[in-house]
Amino acid sequence: MTTPRDYESIPGTYVYDAERGRVGYALNMFCMSLNKAENRKSFKENAAAYLEGFALTPEQRRTVLERDWLGMLRVGGNIYYTIKIAFCDGLTFQDVAGMMSGVSKEAYAQMMLAGGRSADGNRYKNPNPAETKLG
Amino acid sequence: MDRGMTGTPYWEPLFRGYEPARRWLAKLAPDVAIIVYNDHASAFSLQIIPTFLIGVAGKFPVADEGFGPRPVPDVMGHPALAWHLAESLILDEFDMTIANEMPVDHGLTVPLSVTCGQMTAWPFPVIPLCVNVVQYPPPTGARCYKLGMAIRRAVEEFDQDLRVVIYGTGGMSHQLQGERAGLINRQFDTAFLDGMTRDPPALARISHTEYMREAGSEGVEMVMWHVMRGALDEHVAEVYRHYHVPASNTAAGLLILENRGAP
Repeated sequence: MTTPRDYESIPGTYVYDAERGRVGYALNMFCMSLNKAENRKSFKENAAAYLEGFALTPEQRRTVLERDWLGMLRVGGNIYYTIKIAFCDGLTFQDVAGMMSGVSKEAYAQMMLAGGRSADGNRYKNPNPAETKLG
Repeated sequence: MDRGMTGTPYWEPLFRGYEPARRWLAKLAPDVAIIVYNDHASAFSLQIIPTFLIGVAGKFPVADEGFGPRPVPDVMGHPALAWHLAESLILDEFDMTIANEMPVDHGLTVPLSVTCGQMTAWPFPVIPLCVNVVQYPPPTGARCYKLGMAIRRAVEEFDQDLRVVIYGTGGMSHQLQGERAGLINRQFDTAFLDGMTRDPPALARISHTEYMREAGSEGVEMVMWHVMRGALDEHVAEVYRHYHVPASNTAAGLLILENRGAP
């Protein structure tokens, strides 16, 4: 698949399509294993050893061990799966969203209270003048 | 609701807006609800990914999503109607996956909680209609709309005269991933709510890319609403609307539609 898809022009967004699905299957199935309490316990006790049981690439392994949330998406992680690592750590969606968007949890929560992140200026990766953020 | 916080300043406006919907539903007293929703890596993993799945069991346990199951009652099913739907839809050339056993996660139980309140038992049985929106591509809006029409035909052919309510869930605008996490688009959501009565077939033609660009990567869930809309009459009345931002990380919207011919 070499032709860029139309959704690839959406900034800060990693669509979980066939390519990501192919690359990320093992990573996401590791995350799925954390649905079980006994697995969460094993993972917390020795993450590196636990990951040996899954066919992750070295880069996927790194993103998990370093909790590189954006990195996980880039190597085929799907947010509904990778968030299970965060839940295991006692984190929420807002914690992780703050980290992925480069702000504190408090700043992120404030943004949501104020109505969320605007679509203006955030629709295309290379915005034309009409798309520049207002205010 | 699960932590008794609906009266707090953050949550109160959201939940106050649900009260009229609860009264409407209680008065309607349906015999069964078809709930169109998506699982969130609870019941189903990526191992097998059904596009459209119908739950035919007599009972659906509440899923453990990593914190223990939500403290809500298990969901009773309606095997007679569910099996009839499965057969009819397949013969009507919709390729349904059939589930005899499955848990149900917040995608199904939160709409129940929101519309019924805190219950020791849900007031009606439920037929789960689970749609894949996790692995791109989800089914198209047009396909969802046609499935809704087929559901309507199947319900009308059922040999019992049942009062059936159908829930379309998902969204509204939100994005949980990437640098663009937190996206909310009130204008898009409002136009979507308007379009449900104004021009449903046109609304069903919104592309996945448009949902994702305008309403967030997770906003593509709104495609599921078209199953609900396709099952209703061509002309409907909007009897209630509630929209509130934020509800955790999303825009929460609720619409009640009645068939024009309904008493």
